[in-house]
Amino acid sequence: MALRIDENQKRLVGSFSEESYPDECCGFLLGRRSGTDKEVVLIMPTVNEQVRTEKYHRFLISPEAYLKCERYAQENELDILGFYHSHPDAPACPSDFDLKHAWPWYSYIIVSVRKGQTSNVTSWVLADDRMSFEGEVIESNPYSPEEQDVASRPVESQEDRTWD
Amino acid sequence: MAVKILIPTALRQYTNDLASIEVVGETVGDLFLAFTREFPEIRKHLFLEDGKIRNFVNVYVNDDDIRHLQRSATPVKDSDVVSIVPSVAGGSQSGDAELSPQEIERYSRHLIMPEVAVSGQKKLKAASVLLVGVGGLGSPVSMYLAAAGVGRIGLIDSDVVDTTNLQRQVLYSTADVGRPKLQAAIDRLNGINPFLKIETYQERLTSQNALEIAASYDIIVDGTDNFPTRYLVNDVCVLLGKPNVYGSIFRFEGQASVFYAGEGPCYRCLYPEPPPPGLVPSCAEGGVLGILPGTIGMIQATEAVKLIIGKGEPLIGRLLLYDALAMTYRELKLRKDPDCPICGEKPTVTRLIDYDHFCGIGTAADRRVPEPVREISVIELNNRRSAGKELHLIDVREPHEFDICRLPDSLLIPLGSLEQRIAELDRSWDIVVMCRSGIRSAKAVKFLREAGFEQVENLKGGILAWADEIDSSLPKY
Ligand SMILES: [Zn+2]
Ligand SMILES: [Zn+2]
Repeated sequence: MALRIDENQKRLVGSFSEESYPDECCGFLLGRRSGTDKEVVLIMPTVNEQVRTEKYHRFLISPEAYLKCERYAQENELDILGFYHSHPDAPACPSDFDLKHAWPWYSYIIVSVRKGQTSNVTSWVLADDRMSFEGEVIESNPYSPEEQDVASRPVESQEDRTWD
Repeated sequence: MAVKILIPTALRQYTNDLASIEVVGETVGDLFLAFTREFPEIRKHLFLEDGKIRNFVNVYVNDDDIRHLQRSATPVKDSDVVSIVPSVAGGSQSGDAELSPQEIERYSRHLIMPEVAVSGQKKLKAASVLLVGVGGLGSPVSMYLAAAGVGRIGLIDSDVVDTTNLQRQVLYSTADVGRPKLQAAIDRLNGINPFLKIETYQERLTSQNALEIAASYDIIVDGTDNFPTRYLVNDVCVLLGKPNVYGSIFRFEGQASVFYAGEGPCYRCLYPEPPPPGLVPSCAEGGVLGILPGTIGMIQATEAVKLIIGKGEPLIGRLLLYDALAMTYRELKLRKDPDCPICGEKPTVTRLIDYDHFCGIGTAADRRVPEPVREISVIELNNRRSAGKELHLIDVREPHEFDICRLPDSLLIPLGSLEQRIAELDRSWDIVVMCRSGIRSAKAVKFLREAGFEQVENLKGGILAWADEIDSSLPKY
């Protein structure tokens, strides 16, 4: 199980996250499925619909935005593979709040932004029992040793215990 | 009829990887029944145990959320596309109630008290309170709860700000007159504290919407001014197991309590039956000291905060009686009534009822009146008086009201003294009875008819209508 993502698209997720800092950003991952692997070909940002004062630690994608994105995906023979969102000044691991609202199967890319700079990008999938997230390997293409290093660096807090 | 249902990618593992399914049915409910029968695995992802749709699952017919249509009864036809749409949410901090540095500064006077401290402030932030009625009581309650940092405040009220509100409803300013109360309230409360979620329901609380609205709040604050809504709020709280922070005001006196059937008595334990309609005048009829709702509302806000942080002795099982003129507080012990119709041992009320009917308002009250009270409009009265028709205008308001404004050539006989002074009236007269709004005068008309007066009419809308339609120089109150 892995999430393949084009290097440019992955960098894009980072810049969206930096742009919206200190607020959280969010958006869709569009692409194709092959077996248990997913290949992201397009990052589609969307408005964080949370109330203004909560955006620093919350994001919300409206069903209308989802519907619109799904239509776009269908027309382009793509699937919604998951979502990305940023964690400003917080580790790139899912929060309890993320867990409470998670859907099965989708990939959740989380970008940690420290003082306005992308510091870590990880991906997660909800476990079958809905009790935790399982880490998902991000494969970037073309291979970049530097980036790969960042993405797989051991995580910084005990909250990351679901990472394996 | 076959309708197409679009399946989100996340759920296709349960539909043999199909992105869409054709199902036959007349309504959305039919479709989902047939669909989940075919793919039973998907059920638990869409529905809760009780069959209700999960709150992060949305169902759309074409471009419309079925919550805005007829929900599962929404009809569908051949060309429709039904979509299952996820709500996607998340965030960085665990738990619902981390305090940001700005919040820590804002609430510092709370945080340094051991009874509140960071843990209590987080509880306040995570708490939700629904205010039923945003008037005299709702004003101080909403403002203080907002300032204290209650994270989610729900407001339900369908009124527009009126000039007569400003004497006590300090949430609103003069410039708000004519605006919907909730719009003005959002502006004011966001001004007091922008770190909150204010949810508004511009409607009346009814037996149809009450359970759904109240279900998502921890505490309900009763700021209503009428018996049907007061019983409705009580019953909703008992049925949902939530505390009801009660307050009521009249003239110079107020009451407050916390009705919490889980731990003490409810409002029906105290008052199993409403008073006969008309016996207890409302604030609009009887008046109220403008400061009084401030005093009582502040007690309600204090009780709500205490319940949230779990400190102190709550007003459960105690009724606080406040007299502003004597400046005394008295306390009555309340006992849970084992025969209470809703929270007793053998409850007879197990769901919401028709509260207008229960309180004798509407159809039941109409049936009790043997004949309708004859009415005259202010325009007709003005025409008759201008035409020089001889008629006797009797004003049944109180003397101090008469001093504020009156119609020329009207005779003041307060409703309470009508019986003693009936000899002053002649049964051959054409009589028109008036009061402030037409409610007290209708009682007077009824009384006079029963006393044998034939030509008695009620001035519809009272002196308020006169000021609106005939003489705008009259002050309204
Ligand atoms: Zn998150
Ligand atoms: Zn009771």
